[in-house]
Amino acid sequence: MMRLRLERRPVPPRANRWGGYGVAVVAAFCMGGVVFLLAGANPFAAYAAMANGVFGSLDDLAEVVVKAIPLVLCGLAVAVAAKIRLWNVGGEGQLVLGGIGASAVALFLAPRLPASGVLPLMLVAAFLTGGLWALLAGLLKAKLAVNEILTTLMLNYVAILWLEHLYFGPWRDPMGMGFPGTAMFPDAARLPRLLGTRIHFGIVLGLTAAVLLLAALSRTRWGYEMRVIGESPKAAQYAGMPINRTILWAMFLSGGLAGLAGMGEASGIHYRLQQGLAVGYGYTGIIVAALARLHPGGIVLAALFIAGILVGGEQLQTVMHLPASVGLVLEATLLFFVLGSDYFSQYRICRRTPTP
Amino acid sequence: MNLQTLAFILTVAIQSSASVLFATIGEIFAERGGVLNLGVEGMMLMGALSGFATAYLTQSLALGLLAAMAVSGLLALIHGVFAITLGANQVVCGLSLAILGIGLSSFLGRPLVGKVTVRFSAWPIPILSDLPVLGPVLFAQVPPIYLGYVLVPAAWWVLFHTRAGLNLRAVGENPAAANTAGIGVAATRYTWTLCGGMLAGLGGAYLSLAYTPGWRENMSSGQGWIAIAMVIFALWNPWRAALGTLLFGLVNALQFTLEARQISLLPSYLLRMLPYLFTILILVLTTRSTGSRKRSAAPASLGIPFEGEG
Amino acid sequence: MAATALRLTGITKRFPGVLACDSIDLTIDPGTVHALLGENGAGKTTLMNVLSGRYRPDAGEISVAGRLVQFRSPKDALRSGIGMVHQHLMLVGTHTVAENVALGLDAPRVLLRRRRLDDEVRSLAERYGLPVDPHARIDELSLGQQQRVEILKLLHRNADVLILDEPTAVLTPAEVDGLFATLRRLVREGRSVVFITHKLEEVMEIADRITVLRRGRVVADLTPAQVDSRRELARLMVGREVVLGVEREPVPLGDPVLELRNCAGEDARGHCAFRRISFAVRHGEVLSIVGVAGNGQTELVSAITGGSRFSSGQALLFGKPLGRGGRAAAEAVGYIPEDRTGTGSAPGLDLTDNLLLTTYRRFCRWGWLQRKAAGRLTEDALARFRVAAPGPQALARQLSGGNLQKLILARELSKDPRLIVAEHPTHGLDIGATVEVWDELLRQRSRAGILLMSGDLAEVFALSDRIAVIFRGEIMGTFSAADPDAVAEIGPMMAGVLQE
Repeated sequence: MMRLRLERRPVPPRANRWGGYGVAVVAAFCMGGVVFLLAGANPFAAYAAMANGVFGSLDDLAEVVVKAIPLVLCGLAVAVAAKIRLWNVGGEGQLVLGGIGASAVALFLAPRLPASGVLPLMLVAAFLTGGLWALLAGLLKAKLAVNEILTTLMLNYVAILWLEHLYFGPWRDPMGMGFPGTAMFPDAARLPRLLGTRIHFGIVLGLTAAVLLLAALSRTRWGYEMRVIGESPKAAQYAGMPINRTILWAMFLSGGLAGLAGMGEASGIHYRLQQGLAVGYGYTGIIVAALARLHPGGIVLAALFIAGILVGGEQLQTVMHLPASVGLVLEATLLFFVLGSDYFSQYRICRRTPTP
Repeated sequence: MNLQTLAFILTVAIQSSASVLFATIGEIFAERGGVLNLGVEGMMLMGALSGFATAYLTQSLALGLLAAMAVSGLLALIHGVFAITLGANQVVCGLSLAILGIGLSSFLGRPLVGKVTVRFSAWPIPILSDLPVLGPVLFAQVPPIYLGYVLVPAAWWVLFHTRAGLNLRAVGENPAAANTAGIGVAATRYTWTLCGGMLAGLGGAYLSLAYTPGWRENMSSGQGWIAIAMVIFALWNPWRAALGTLLFGLVNALQFTLEARQISLLPSYLLRMLPYLFTILILVLTTRSTGSRKRSAAPASLGIPFEGEG
Repeated sequence: MAATALRLTGITKRFPGVLACDSIDLTIDPGTVHALLGENGAGKTTLMNVLSGRYRPDAGEISVAGRLVQFRSPKDALRSGIGMVHQHLMLVGTHTVAENVALGLDAPRVLLRRRRLDDEVRSLAERYGLPVDPHARIDELSLGQQQRVEILKLLHRNADVLILDEPTAVLTPAEVDGLFATLRRLVREGRSVVFITHKLEEVMEIADRITVLRRGRVVADLTPAQVDSRRELARLMVGREVVLGVEREPVPLGDPVLELRNCAGEDARGHCAFRRISFAVRHGEVLSIVGVAGNGQTELVSAITGGSRFSSGQALLFGKPLGRGGRAAAEAVGYIPEDRTGTGSAPGLDLTDNLLLTTYRRFCRWGWLQRKAAGRLTEDALARFRVAAPGPQALARQLSGGNLQKLILARELSKDPRLIVAEHPTHGLDIGATVEVWDELLRQRSRAGILLMSGDLAEVFALSDRIAVIFRGEIMGTFSAADPDAVAEIGPMMAGVLQE
């Protein structure tokens, strides 16, 4: 009697990987169909509505790009930390802090600065505040070995509470018409938009960051050390690499990228600090990074894909009155299936004759 | 501060910490076996939703609790398959489950927002609840809280005085030794991860059927994550978990009292940050004190998949 | 207690790439201490893992008291009365003694009756002269005491055959006496003890019967009375190795590149790993430190290469104190670690990245890594060292052991080192790769001094100018490889037997 056995392969062939993605996408959409049924909706109609919401018009496609911008930045943020096995779950909070930092410049420093200097300063402020917020957790990890997942998470809640305090309280727009938030940013503090769409300069930031990160990881000394520390900590030690310092810089960079996402939202979309800044991009960034296996180029693609799901979900809400959070469900399910296919592509089923 | 205020604070502390307690004990069980389950927040929310939905449909609280445990148990099973059988990265799996749970509960629960259904009402225990001061505080609560009173000593007893607990702890500390001794490592881990998920769901059901009550998107506000941190503070011991969650409850109570009395000791937004800052603080203190002892209190195989031998 | 005769017939066990046990026959009589002797890799532990149910044999049979048995797990074997105390103790550190003894027992099934268990453990301990406190936590006990707990576990389950894998490796001399007393007591009751070891004086002291394994085969099966001398046993164990033909041209000696004076160091647990170590490696020579694994060499190399510190003594690298020479000194040391895949390379990265591992600082300019140049160097290295690989973009884990080692060698040699430290450089390699590595190391004598750490005598004889034998953390003797009398003493020295 022959028995089947799973044998591990050292390097899964490319075709398997992509095939795995394909299967995962199909499976995830099937699961989504089940969820729609549970909510009492016709899956086909639902998916059709989503597709229409994405591809229906150029405006819709632009909206996908708009949503992809913070996803790219947050995905890159997660990826940078994950490269050395740090889990930065605090993208949400760092995004918020970045928005706060940028807003501080926009609201209080902008009047005193030449117009051309406002945006660059905001960028720097956003990067710094986001980076420092993440660095807090990084320091606790490097010096005191405190679990960074929990600290970054807790800091998310703190950040959001602080944000609410600011735009409900001291920074509230005195002339606001009910919708809570700060005053609108002056023109000099608004990110330029592309050709009449809602796509703002953040797209340049996101793509630049992706390209820079890709280049840095493969061509700089820092990138090399990151890769070795992440891949083989023991080999990194053997090679005498500065592990603690790398942890701190990675967290700072990670938070900074998320902070830029926050600035993008505040200064490119809302033009103020308001409710609606923290809508989950930080968490979705984790999924984007995981789907792309931490590859900066893949993150851009994954971000677009997920953004499509999000936009489609919003359409679903408008047209079929189903909650837009179906997007989260689809993304998480997709990730699970990708993880599963990951593991199966590493194995090969072979026959083994039993020993006598 | 008079006795009445003290009683009030204690009552709030107990009531607001029960859900975290359930989730913490559940996570202690899972982690004692070596499985890190980060999906607690998602399981709590799904438990809250299913409990509420079932109670709404059947008008039965008991069925609601059962449904909550079944659904969160199912999520825990998924985590088990990925973490135990497939040996996948437990952090990524857990986080994905959390996000899935948060999103799914938000999606499916939309029609139930604002609805009202049966809820647990206080069941004062005769005689005990007439005791001065502490009587009403401790013994005039809703049934799930009494369950919590029983859960802590029961968990301690199971962990340290039964064979099942011995096996669980052995699997978490040294799966190779447990395997050699003939204990099924995977089976043990599955069982207790499932148990942990169900307790998390129970905690969620307490929120929607007793504490709040009702269903609201994201109603646990991070208590699932706090539970995970609480496990570290508890040094994986149920009694310390009870202490930790009670302290957490006291922080909540402090926040409520100050806000209600409009005592401007601290601005209200800072008050609301207290639970989270408190969590970071206990993490730092706990990690520092155990780190200096050169051996971690965590189960040695936590988060590490186990592979059998030839 | 039934006395069981145990017979293994034709036991064969294969692992990927190595035949650990080659059709081994072994008979274990009741009431005896049976010693299983051999050097590392001889197959002793694998054989006993098969006997104790941890591994399943690829071929062969086990019979207990005349009945054929098949063990699917260690628990199965225990039911037939066979239990093993592994070198790496299978104890749960944070649990108590009693809890460890209770682990895996069929009864009691639900409630742990701690008091009864404590009493049982205590009475068992007294009976066999193995005093332990049932309440003590395992990680608070000494290794010797922990070992007692492992033995108690087996006795609690009525094991008739107790297999001990290198039990004295972790014991002080006093504890060894205690252990032997216990073993004699057990054997008087009719039980059998299988004692795996590489230490000859112990074998002569305690064994009733001796089986010598070498490279997975039985090479001798005798009683102590039949042994002429320990030296003979040592030679049986280690074999008369054929020195492979490697060209050794004479090379002029230079200044010492590494000097150790009375150095001592500790292991990870804080115990003394080596002491009174003094030697010098000169430019142009190969000094080998030879010994059975676990005698302090790993810690010594770690201290020399900077992974840990010496706790006392003086160490000079290129004439300056170790650690003070700065970057230049560090870069002039080529270190080939024992752990090829875990430490010496990053399996998931490509070959160029691996070549850069200890040389990357040279390719950095203003933070930029000159990967193209590194890539070209990698290609050259691959060609020069005849590393079989698809190209520099291949992942390190795709290389075979031999090719990976050649890559590591290429990397370390590209630093133009003046001191080369090589740990078990040909461990697990086939003959072809082995000879290539040896040739290269010998060629380096004209540029550096080489410190070789190895347990493979063939390698030591092929490469060394001088040999130092290490045993229990101390150098037993240092001599020239050209001295035939001294060379004949190596086996005994490795086993702790000094010149009689």
